[in-house]
Amino acid sequence: MINLARRDVASHLGRYLLTGFGLGLLIGVTLTMAGVYRGMIDDAKVLLRSGGADIWVVQQNTLGPFAEPSSLQDDVYRSLEGLPGVAETGNVAYLTMQVNHGGKDIRVMVAGYTQGRLGGPSFLVAGRPIAQSHYEAVADTKTGFAVGDRIRIRRNDYTVVGLTRRMVSSGGDPMVFIPLKDAQEAQFLKDNESIVNDRNRLADNPAINRPGQPDVLKAVEAIQTASHRINAVLVRVAQGHDPRQVADNIKRWKHLTAYTSTDMEDILVAKLIATAAKQIGLFLGILAIVSAAIVAFIIYTMTLGKIKEIAVLKLIGTYDRTIAAMIMQEALGLGVIGFFVGKFAATLWAPVFPKYVLLETTDAMRAFVITLLICALASVLAIRVALRIDPAEAIGG
Amino acid sequence: MTTEPAILIENLTKRYGSGPTAVDALKGVNMSIAPGEVVGLIGPSGSGKSTLLKCLGAVIEPTAGRITLAGEVIYNNAWKRTDLRVLRRDRIGFVFQAPYLIPFLDATDNVALLPMLAGVANPAARATALDMLTALDVQHRAHARIPELSGGEQQRVAIARALANRPPIILADEPTAPLDSARALAVVKILNRLAQEFQTAIIVVTHDEKIIPTFKRIYNIRDGKTYEEPGEGRPI
Ligand SMILES: Nc1ncnc2c1ncn2[C@@H]1O[C@H](COP(=O)(O)OP(=O)(O)OP(=O)(O)O)[C@@H](O)[C@H]1O
Ligand SMILES: [Mg+2]
Repeated sequence: MINLARRDVASHLGRYLLTGFGLGLLIGVTLTMAGVYRGMIDDAKVLLRSGGADIWVVQQNTLGPFAEPSSLQDDVYRSLEGLPGVAETGNVAYLTMQVNHGGKDIRVMVAGYTQGRLGGPSFLVAGRPIAQSHYEAVADTKTGFAVGDRIRIRRNDYTVVGLTRRMVSSGGDPMVFIPLKDAQEAQFLKDNESIVNDRNRLADNPAINRPGQPDVLKAVEAIQTASHRINAVLVRVAQGHDPRQVADNIKRWKHLTAYTSTDMEDILVAKLIATAAKQIGLFLGILAIVSAAIVAFIIYTMTLGKIKEIAVLKLIGTYDRTIAAMIMQEALGLGVIGFFVGKFAATLWAPVFPKYVLLETTDAMRAFVITLLICALASVLAIRVALRIDPAEAIGG
Repeated sequence: MTTEPAILIENLTKRYGSGPTAVDALKGVNMSIAPGEVVGLIGPSGSGKSTLLKCLGAVIEPTAGRITLAGEVIYNNAWKRTDLRVLRRDRIGFVFQAPYLIPFLDATDNVALLPMLAGVANPAARATALDMLTALDVQHRAHARIPELSGGEQQRVAIARALANRPPIILADEPTAPLDSARALAVVKILNRLAQEFQTAIIVVTHDEKIIPTFKRIYNIRDGKTYEEPGEGRPI
């Protein structure tokens, strides 16, 4: 038996391929949307894992430090280190800000950490880790900075000594690591004018600026300008201890909130990304419907264009299932072309996207199956029309 | 021993619709056609010619009467067979006014499709198709695309298709209408030759004054009833 679908398609290959190509671009957009979502989740996971923390200790009753602000004294780590199961800690401070690079402002997340403790960049693709206690930085390659470049953060210049990769905030901003002390300063640093204002106010206060006792004023000024606050303490759990147990312990005894890394993943994925996920989900639904409509429309018009031929086919004894198979195969063919065009297009344009696009094979496979299902469904309308064609039509009057 | 008629129609009636708008297209048709015979079916427009062919071709269901093909009763107030498509595929060849070839298949495959549908393997079906195209003298266009064929060539391919499964019956509804008189006569000549060669019974519905004189026997249908007339049987 001849494959009728193949012959029919071959007879207007151009139109068919063009339709498949258009469908492919739609599928490409669909795959990319799924990839954007996967990328967001993956970014969040990389961000959480890179610090090497099993537990995140944050301000009591907050979802910090990413989903809600969290502020802690920078000496709580001392009391944490006394708890059983705590192997290592690290103070971290985060601030999102604009920095200038080659005359252009870019948004980065500045992360302060203590050298040799938890919270630093997990691996470097170039350069070396921070060695000085001040004014050195490790930047994500996505910032565009190179080793040796200078970054201005608030009033200080930092020298980029190393580069890391795939380190972005949950908002997708590339990270710049600097020493914790510098970050604390940057976080709470006021601009010159407010410092002058504050100084004047202090100086005008007779309770503080006592004649003959200039040290009191100096001490109060030092307290006001120095910051001893951080956003979170990262904790690595000693071997043989259950992170959940240790976290519960911290909550019970220290009036702090502690999240295991799985809790943190839930917070980031469920709370921060949830809306984005819903939006993308809705978008995927619309794309599926649009694709189905396109396939249905094309297959339907292709079938309407063949009414006489189908009537003849029926007249000369072709079974309904052969005719239905022809239409179904044409629809599935569009799906297969569309899928491969889409996969190719998505792979081609994914790196151009500003945010990480993670194209997962399982997503692609799922998309393939869904595409074929949609195409099969879309052909049902055309098949119904074809099966209702009366073979008597071939004979005419 | 008398040969069994290829087609025997007795008291066939066909009513379209029901109630006050019903149309009695056939009101008791009787016909008998021997194997190898070519008969003309003529009559004014709306007299029921196409209706008769459709009933005979198992495309529409008659209302009452009896149809016997080569001794097998296929209709007796109701179809005696369940699979009418197989009946059409194996026993009846159709030729229409317009050739209605499948445009996305070449000439050979248009013809080969019929044996293929009957389960013949592709190479064998194509060999049969080529034989038929040769019999109709269009073998040189065997691999041409349908839109590239002339009207006459298309009609010959259509006839080859009607013959491909060697059906004992061919039903032709105004097969020469789109053709000039030389080509129309050529088609009738071919039909006569094939009737002889394959012992096929052929009914040709026609209005065509050029070909009516060639029939040896004619059924004239008027107001849903058939009247048998001798034809001139003029040689072509
Ligand atoms: N599907 C139908 N429904 C209702 N009436 C029909 C239908 N088909 C044909 N008729 C009627 O049946 C009668 C016979 O029609 P038929 O098509 O058999 O005529 P015909 O002899 O082939 O005419 P022509 O020479 O114009 O082709 C006509 O009155 C026609 O209007
Ligand atoms: Mg007619």
